[in-house]
Amino acid sequence: MKSQEIRRLKRMLFAALVCMQFVIILPSMEVDAFTDQIIQKGATGDDVVELQSRLQYIGFYNETIDGVYGWGTYWSVKKYQEEFGLEVDGLVGTKMKQMLKKSTDFDKEYVHRMLEEGRKFTYYGDTPKDIQKGPKGSKDQKAKQEHPPSPGQEQEQQRAPEGEQPEQPAAEEPVPEEGAPAEEAPPEEVPAEDTPAEEAPQEQDNDADIQKAINTPEGFTDNDIQIMAAAVYGEARGEPYVGQVAVAAVILNRIESPTFPNTASGVIYEPRAFTAVADGQINLEPDETARRAVMDAINGQDPSGGVEYYFNPDTATSDWIWTRRQVKRIGKHVFCE
Amino acid sequence: MIRSIIIGVLAVAVVGTGYWGYLEHQEKNAVLIQAENNYQRAFHELSYNLDHLHDELGSTLAMNSQDRLSPSLTDVWRITAQAQNDLGQLPLSLLPFSKTEEFLYKIGDYSYRNSVRDLDQDPLTDEEYESLKELYHQSGEIQNEMRKVQGMVIEDDLKWMDVELEMASKDEPLDNAIVNGFEVIDEKVGGFSEVDFGTGAKEISADDEKIAENLDGEEIDEQEAVNIAGEFLDREGNLEAEVENTGDGLAYDAYSLLIEDPEDNHTIYMDITKKGGKPLWLLEDRQVESAEISLHEASEKAKSFINKNGFDNMQLVDSKQYDNVGVFNFAHLHDDIRVYSDSVVVEVALDNSDVIGYEAFAYIANHKERKPSNQELSEEEAKENLNPSLEVMEHHMAVIENDLEEEVLCHEFFGVIDDDTYRIFINAENGREEKVEKMDRAEPVYDFD
Repeated sequence: MKSQEIRRLKRMLFAALVCMQFVIILPSMEVDAFTDQIIQKGATGDDVVELQSRLQYIGFYNETIDGVYGWGTYWSVKKYQEEFGLEVDGLVGTKMKQMLKKSTDFDKEYVHRMLEEGRKFTYYGDTPKDIQKGPKGSKDQKAKQEHPPSPGQEQEQQRAPEGEQPEQPAAEEPVPEEGAPAEEAPPEEVPAEDTPAEEAPQEQDNDADIQKAINTPEGFTDNDIQIMAAAVYGEARGEPYVGQVAVAAVILNRIESPTFPNTASGVIYEPRAFTAVADGQINLEPDETARRAVMDAINGQDPSGGVEYYFNPDTATSDWIWTRRQVKRIGKHVFCE
Repeated sequence: MIRSIIIGVLAVAVVGTGYWGYLEHQEKNAVLIQAENNYQRAFHELSYNLDHLHDELGSTLAMNSQDRLSPSLTDVWRITAQAQNDLGQLPLSLLPFSKTEEFLYKIGDYSYRNSVRDLDQDPLTDEEYESLKELYHQSGEIQNEMRKVQGMVIEDDLKWMDVELEMASKDEPLDNAIVNGFEVIDEKVGGFSEVDFGTGAKEISADDEKIAENLDGEEIDEQEAVNIAGEFLDREGNLEAEVENTGDGLAYDAYSLLIEDPEDNHTIYMDITKKGGKPLWLLEDRQVESAEISLHEASEKAKSFINKNGFDNMQLVDSKQYDNVGVFNFAHLHDDIRVYSDSVVVEVALDNSDVIGYEAFAYIANHKERKPSNQELSEEEAKENLNPSLEVMEHHMAVIENDLEEEVLCHEFFGVIDDDTYRIFINAENGREEKVEKMDRAEPVYDFD
């Protein structure tokens, strides 16, 4: 009980600190952050975060802000380009960036802080920020109630109308439900000014609408890649890089093969398949090189020549393996059909 | 005298016991690792199957034609059975894990009943379609939780044997990450409202025989191979390379080159076919530490690379950034038709825009002169074969390999149902739904601190 209270106190203190920082930094934050690069589908990074935030600000993008230019972002960009007479190619160049900058507002500090904290929030232009980071479940309640702005919020609301340039597109756009201020909704608990203690997120952190994400190859999860990297590391660390890629490729070839299990974990943990699994070396922490080798193999590289077996001629105990037709030797391993 | 004999015997006994104990210990460890491996396999497969289940349910939602729906529902049923099986192998019998099992049972039951019924005579009703949707969303939540638990198990290297030991000494309440994770999943499932159940264009074959068949031209020797590599890599002059022959396991002969890049001392590996001297793949061993150029710039670089090296009419069909490397997929364009089987992958380092990876197995195996294909259905006609709830976003013409490994001309549609993007191929001759794929989303980074 007691420790819980202390924890809560700590959390309140932390939230207050964060909030103070926010208020102090806010006025100096009007920075144009887009770099000069043309943003293309598949890209990741801060420019994508800004793109998604700005598109969400005017209601063109309603998915998670995650910093990965995936399909959802692609469709939003194309919709925007179509609506404003730009070339519809999914590439975000100078012209589109300028138009976005004019019609939207982007608070880099704020969005990135939310991204770090994994908070649930939306970034629609007409939703005051303090209720954008409502507690878990607020997304479904649609309860966005008007309330007197605190000094801190006043600043934000002043800034919002500035975004209303002639070509402000938000007006014609159907406002997505997250941002809709529904009057009939029951009033949500309004956090008292400058005491953000109540909104200290008790549970919202496990259901975030903004979350960092990464690209993974079609059909593989990051966990799959991690397991494969561990297997490659256990089997072939110290081997030349191309040998590690070949080992990863053999795992993939086995997944594709009808005579082996068809999952990464099935192939790797198959009894007596890999020595590194049998002697527990798979539990070593894999390094970056092993992970890179796995990614290269998933992207299509196969130095093994498409085979399903390999062995170490110095330690191989099975005679059967010598009867297989050999393709090549890489480092200590012989790869064979 | 007797004393020393006794000491000798005792010493032997002590050493012997020690050795015996050591062997026992080794054996016990081996058995422990094996048991642990079995649990790990069941667990990771469970996670894979739940992932797969979600995707398959999603594809089912995007399908329109009944003759695709039945196989897909059968697949859902099969995956459910596998997931149940995996679940059964985990040492969770002491936990209240009934809700998840029940959920799996319900999905299995639903998909089984609907896959055996004649959907042509008796198509899915609106309510049944709604329950399918509901199941899809619920399985998505389970998938997400499961990935989290899996990520935690991998990151913290958690052991199932510890779970078992802890369960065996069950005095205190269990406080184990794996067990807690599973309890969360089960709670989540329990929280689902009752569903009303009512009444990779990836598999491009590129085997070595096809490559061998498709190669023509003169045999080259080692020096020529090195020259070709130099030209390919834009590093003419005195390129130094170790050259080896590939063994007889492959249908085609090739040289494997190991090149020490004189500029930055990185190793480049490369295979070049003997016949015709075609570069098959290349890899540079280098960890790219920073991103100085954009993915778009890198894609321009990749384009000029494949143009320079004699691939004509290639179109960029996919690009992705993995940390500091850009990966680009190109497909051959034939009369404005994407030929997915003739594909090339190029990797570009985002720090100095060097090409650090290239792979053209599929292109070399499949590329040939193609006859103009006959397109019976127009885009509009093909659209009628799509699921009505799909909002079409993009259209292309494409040649793909279907399930029977025949090349077929298709209308390729990208469309959206509820924020999920699907790719659907409709046969341009007979309107058959050849392939329905749910496209992957970016994967959240789970933070366990």
